[in-house]
Amino acid sequence: MVSRFRSIAAAIVPILVLTACSPTASPSASSPPASTGTASTPPSAPAASASQVAAASPGTKFKGVNVNILTFNGPQVAEPLQRRAPDWEQLTGGHVNVVAVGFQTIYDKALLDASTGTNSFDAYVFDPQWMGDFTGPGYLLDLTDRVKNDPQLDWNDISAFHRDFNATYNGKVYTIPLDGDFHMVYYRTDLLAKDGLKPPATWDDYLAIAQKYNGQDLNGDGQPDYGSCIAKKKGAQSYWWIISIAAGLLQAKGTNDGAFFDTSNMNPLFGPNEAMTKALETYAKTAEFGPPDELNQDVGGSRGLFTTGRCALTMDWGDIGTLAPGTFAQDKTGATITPGWKQVLDRATGKLVACDATTCPNAVDGVNYAPFASFGGWSGAINAKSPKANQDAAYDFLSYMSSPAISAVDVTLGRTGFNPYRTSQFTNKQPWLDAGLSQAATDNYLGAIKSTLENKNMVLDLRIPLTKRYEQDVLDTAVSQYLAKELDAAGTEQAIADGWNAITDEAGKDKQLAAYVASLGVQR
Amino acid sequence: MASSDSSIDAAPQEPVPSGSALRVRAARQATGTLGAWRSDGAARWLFIWPAVLLILVLSIFPLVASVALSLSRLAFHQGGVDLKLIGFANYQQLLFGLERSHFLGVLRTPNLIGWAIVIATAALTAAAWIRSARSGRVRPMGLILRLIGGLLLLGSVWILVQALASDGGRPGALIVTLIFVFAGILFQYTLGLGLAMLLVQQIPWRRFFRIVFLVPLTITPVGVGYMFLMMTDTSKGPLEPIWVALGLRNFTWVTDPWLARLAVIIGDTWQWTPFVFIVLLAALESLDQEVREAALVDGAGRWQAFRHITLPAILPVTTTIVLIRLIEGFKIIDMPNILLGGGPGTATQSMTLQAYIDWNTLNLGRSAAIAYLLLILVSVVATVYVGFVRRRVTELA
Repeated sequence: MVSRFRSIAAAIVPILVLTACSPTASPSASSPPASTGTASTPPSAPAASASQVAAASPGTKFKGVNVNILTFNGPQVAEPLQRRAPDWEQLTGGHVNVVAVGFQTIYDKALLDASTGTNSFDAYVFDPQWMGDFTGPGYLLDLTDRVKNDPQLDWNDISAFHRDFNATYNGKVYTIPLDGDFHMVYYRTDLLAKDGLKPPATWDDYLAIAQKYNGQDLNGDGQPDYGSCIAKKKGAQSYWWIISIAAGLLQAKGTNDGAFFDTSNMNPLFGPNEAMTKALETYAKTAEFGPPDELNQDVGGSRGLFTTGRCALTMDWGDIGTLAPGTFAQDKTGATITPGWKQVLDRATGKLVACDATTCPNAVDGVNYAPFASFGGWSGAINAKSPKANQDAAYDFLSYMSSPAISAVDVTLGRTGFNPYRTSQFTNKQPWLDAGLSQAATDNYLGAIKSTLENKNMVLDLRIPLTKRYEQDVLDTAVSQYLAKELDAAGTEQAIADGWNAITDEAGKDKQLAAYVASLGVQR
Repeated sequence: MASSDSSIDAAPQEPVPSGSALRVRAARQATGTLGAWRSDGAARWLFIWPAVLLILVLSIFPLVASVALSLSRLAFHQGGVDLKLIGFANYQQLLFGLERSHFLGVLRTPNLIGWAIVIATAALTAAAWIRSARSGRVRPMGLILRLIGGLLLLGSVWILVQALASDGGRPGALIVTLIFVFAGILFQYTLGLGLAMLLVQQIPWRRFFRIVFLVPLTITPVGVGYMFLMMTDTSKGPLEPIWVALGLRNFTWVTDPWLARLAVIIGDTWQWTPFVFIVLLAALESLDQEVREAALVDGAGRWQAFRHITLPAILPVTTTIVLIRLIEGFKIIDMPNILLGGGPGTATQSMTLQAYIDWNTLNLGRSAAIAYLLLILVSVVATVYVGFVRRRVTELA
């Protein structure tokens, strides 16, 4: 009996250990744009709002109304919604139920929920790139009048770009922006300063700096580290990085020029041409200076490596800047506009030509910068078929989340996955200092975002019907096959062009072209 | 109305029964009713039809509906969604069109080894068919079926060889799935049988090991996926010191397609070997040891006893285990998805994972088409396997 008990006990212990360890200690397989960082916990949100709310008597405006919101299980993005919900509930008497799922699942779950009439969600906090698939069939509530008459939201404080790209489709407002997303390159200020180097202006500079620091001990732990860390996992963020690298080679004549398709005939610019070959080769080259398993890393991995001092360079959304406080990378992290190129694609011939005043009218010192407004930023939309009371409550909660006082704090916290998108978030720097960033780091970080936002040649992410298939299906698969050497550059470009043309034909070429051209006419 | 009344009136009058007769009739009627309920007809209505209806609703209807789905494309419109019929376009795309390189793989002219395999397969298939024809024991219909089976086998080998034994060829989701299934079963059965043989002996701590060996089976496949994700992470994972000590600091599982597939197979083997182990252990423990001991006394070696006594005795159990793992193995998705996201490239993308990815982009038609092709593949492989082993088991019996 005793021996049997010992056997069972000895077996149960490893089960418990394995069960406890396995699911939580590694990044999600379907890692989303904002993913797990390994930075230590940033300072908490100021307790002002919560304590004020707690002190006040409970509101009754939405008493008995239960709002179901579908969003991403980050844990970012869901975190601020879940953390702020009790405060809002105290204010209004309503209740918020946040249903968080993997990034790859939000789109189909939301679209099937709305299209089949299930309507189990009152609101979605999702990728505004998908709006084309939701607004056409009328699944989203038109918020145009609401946002313009909502003092809590302060609509005009949201930057013109985010009011348009994140929120507006065909002239109507459908979402409330909660986040602003741009790609930037992050570098180790201490290393570059020590060696008298400037941040990379071109992708050739990027590779040169990455090569220089690759294999050196960058954090003093006696282990060799990496020159560059860019997440390359399939089914994660790889396809966004290749767009950033290719952007400066594909678009030179301003935002309306477009970087994905030729605006005259909808021919994919990501097809067979010298620009794509150059971009693919550069992307693959960055892996030579990265960790050996970079092909299986999402942003959770690359952020963890950068904030622990193991990488000299990385490319990311605004999250690295807010994850750095409290980590090895604190006060050693610099942000700069995504590097550009001194060449650009001649769309007529498919060849690369040198930048000059004609070919690259927006170039600075001969470098054509084309910073990428990747993803746009998490935004909240409301189900057009939800009961009126739920729509009102859902709108009020999203408006509360985006309100200047609340969002000013949330965008400074790395754990939220939200980055600045309001004018006041660039002008009022106190919340950034409160979050642990130094004055210099704050100025550098916000400056890099601002220079991207104000760039006349900023590349807009794709935002037409079936965007998810263009990017997350065809582009992601082809790029990952290229990185795995399953396809060569020419094969990859052909695979992208064939896949995109098939989707365009399926949806209707004229319709897609009109949608693409319309998406480029964004307000700045 | 009147005629009706008159016909009643015209009916012959039965004699009025006495009180005791009425009681007897009532008792007979009750017994008769009970008998009717006990009859096959009543049992059919009571027990079979509800089950049939339940199966129809839960199984057959979705099966038919998914056929329709695989022949259509999803179209969203104002206030709803439509399924637009597009014929066999989804299947065409997978087998001959844009998705062929993902589904079947990149097929190139075989190299020398490839040609040798094709020629050898063709020769063996032809020889087997001729032998069947000459034996006179096989009917004409049987010969035709064997000819079709032989051609299918040859076609399958031709595709496999073009993907795996050619210059520039690459396996797609279908072939990758087959690799996972057959390599996985081979490792799982070999290890499971070895562990069962070990623990059937009177070794110390055998009860403890029995339980420990079962642990992987109790963990959810997603949990196993994450665990292997950590363990194969050579730069940050818990086994990093071991990798470094072995001089494998820059070694990675994820850049080479075959290493990545091996990692998936190892994870799958770790999880499912316990299942094979526990069933085989039960089979081995139920064997009559006297036969084996008699053989040993008669001078048979241990290997001979295993080969000619133990192995045939557990063959029926083996058949069942392999069939279960075969059917289950074709549905592999957790390990390649969590461990590698189907990558590097599409190196570990199984058919189920490809269907899942299509589902996520709401390409429901193509997702259903892949699921149907998987169903056909599993059915063919399972049928051929069952037919093959049934003959062997019958011969041994």
